[in-house]
Amino acid sequence: MLKVEEQQPITFSSALLEKFDEIVKRYPTGKQKSALLPLLHLVQAEYGWTSVPAMDQVAEYLGIEPIEVYEVASFYTMYFLQPKGKYVLEVCRTGPCCLVGAEKIMAHIEKKLGVKEGEVTADGQFSWRGVECLAACGFAPVLQIGPEYTFYENLTEQSVDELIENLKNKI
Amino acid sequence: MGRKLLLEHINVPGIHTLDIYRQKGGYRAVEKALKSLTPDEVVEEVKKSGLRGRGGAGFPTGMKWSFLAKPEGVPRYLVCNADESEPGTFKDRFLMTYIPHALIEGMIVSSFALGANTSYIYVRGEMMPQIRILEKAIAEAKAAGLLGQNILGSGYNLELYVQPGGGAYICGEETALLESLEGKRGNPRIKPPFPAIAGLYGCPTVVNNVESIAAVVPIINDGGDEYAKIGIGRSTGTKLISASGNLVKPGVYEIELGLPVEEFIYSDEYCGGIANGKRLKATVAGGSSVPILPANLTLKLANGEPRLMSYESLSEGGFATGTMLGSGGFIAFDEDQCIVRNTWNFSRFYHHESCGQCSPCREGTGWLEKVLHRLEYGHGKMSDIDLLVDVSKKIEGNTICPLGDAAAWPVASAIRHFRDEFEWHVNEPVKSQTSNYGLANYAVPIEKQVEEVKSQS
Repeated sequence: MLKVEEQQPITFSSALLEKFDEIVKRYPTGKQKSALLPLLHLVQAEYGWTSVPAMDQVAEYLGIEPIEVYEVASFYTMYFLQPKGKYVLEVCRTGPCCLVGAEKIMAHIEKKLGVKEGEVTADGQFSWRGVECLAACGFAPVLQIGPEYTFYENLTEQSVDELIENLKNKI
Repeated sequence: MGRKLLLEHINVPGIHTLDIYRQKGGYRAVEKALKSLTPDEVVEEVKKSGLRGRGGAGFPTGMKWSFLAKPEGVPRYLVCNADESEPGTFKDRFLMTYIPHALIEGMIVSSFALGANTSYIYVRGEMMPQIRILEKAIAEAKAAGLLGQNILGSGYNLELYVQPGGGAYICGEETALLESLEGKRGNPRIKPPFPAIAGLYGCPTVVNNVESIAAVVPIINDGGDEYAKIGIGRSTGTKLISASGNLVKPGVYEIELGLPVEEFIYSDEYCGGIANGKRLKATVAGGSSVPILPANLTLKLANGEPRLMSYESLSEGGFATGTMLGSGGFIAFDEDQCIVRNTWNFSRFYHHESCGQCSPCREGTGWLEKVLHRLEYGHGKMSDIDLLVDVSKKIEGNTICPLGDAAAWPVASAIRHFRDEFEWHVNEPVKSQTSNYGLANYAVPIEKQVEEVKSQS
């Protein structure tokens, strides 16, 4: 759920704005709104989620109304409207993955991390959620982790344990 | 061995790089088209090839191209639909990962044919690794003079960009995709006007699937007539099939259309049979949207003849005893799988992915999910089964885009062929939580099953 409430305004770094400028060049003059989805991905990669002040800044940059950004960010599933863990494990929960054990993998992750779907671990590092088909059904079960969206395929409880341990060691 | 047109060099190390791709004959189609053919001649070859849209609808690609309006002074666009999200389908991801230049070469030739000077590849947002691969490949092609101004000295200019989606199945519908590319919510547009008249930014636009565009390359290299010799009847050429579920060797296979389904499932050249020595219970042959079929109707037509992997053979018998080739997402279910649970899973998917624009789909997909949920979890009533049929009929055909049909068909077909399993869930609310219905009588002679289906409808 999107909550428009009092939050500190933010300023984008010049490095981020340079990336914005590059993307806007892809579209004909006056059609810069086309850059909205790619820009929101960049914002999320930088801040971990798309907050209202960040979306307001995007609106200002593109010369569109804030509501045009909110309605898009809330429509697509990839944009987080609340802060999440540093690593969000997104497990495919659709048919073909479930035929080969995705539900067991999700139950295992829930146990391993000790948080329910959508929640954040106490150290702020991990969240997990089930997502719909990730187009990797032949290598099921699969999960992905943003912001690079690396895929982890043919998951087993053991490979999930190793993955989480590796991420913990990175922290 | 079937012929391979798209995946011929899949195992060549470094085939994702421009150098190796060119060593294996890559970009010949660009040279041929831009230097020796007119745009209309390219369109003509694609028409002759009989190529049909590989995204799911199966509409002839050449014909789609010929509908493109060409008003003076108005830009035209080619947009590649790489928003691959249909459950069971992962061929486009595979192609973009391992042979990105096949798509880029196809984009150049196709854009030339359509007179587009700016083209976009709309890739689903989750495929960030593939987006990075494509962007790298585009940079390589541009540095080699295969993109940009005056390509290979032909005077033709093309800029090619990759656009990420935001995570929405509906954006695979072409007008929703265009809305998304314009930076809006992915709500499908009312048609007409079709994109060929008013598409991206209101300009004439063609939207084609990744595999369709990649197939243009061999069509131009070898000629449309040669391509049309492969396959069977109106199902010409080769098709990428994404095989998943309980198979020994799931993965992406390129087949010549017309391959017997039985050979595809059981031969070692393809899926190698059902995993763990189990028996086949059912298949979904063309992505989650198409009707599910029990094992016997998967392997054979109602008249007992072998069923083939082709547009016509898979849909033989209509929805009573057939299904569709769709996107080629082939999902196999072994004897331990629960049809009710899978149908509920798919319904949850469609409920989640409905854009909410049309009431029958927005409300109906929620009904389907909830009713299937209570059947699966032992709270269902016998009347729920007919309620599901009723709701699915009221969604089908009553929405702007085909997502409504896609949500209705899996439910209607599961009940059509597996009604006894649904009834068992009502009669055995406790037992069905811990055990499976199994194969039951899904292996009964086809003739008897056909009679039953006919008497129901």
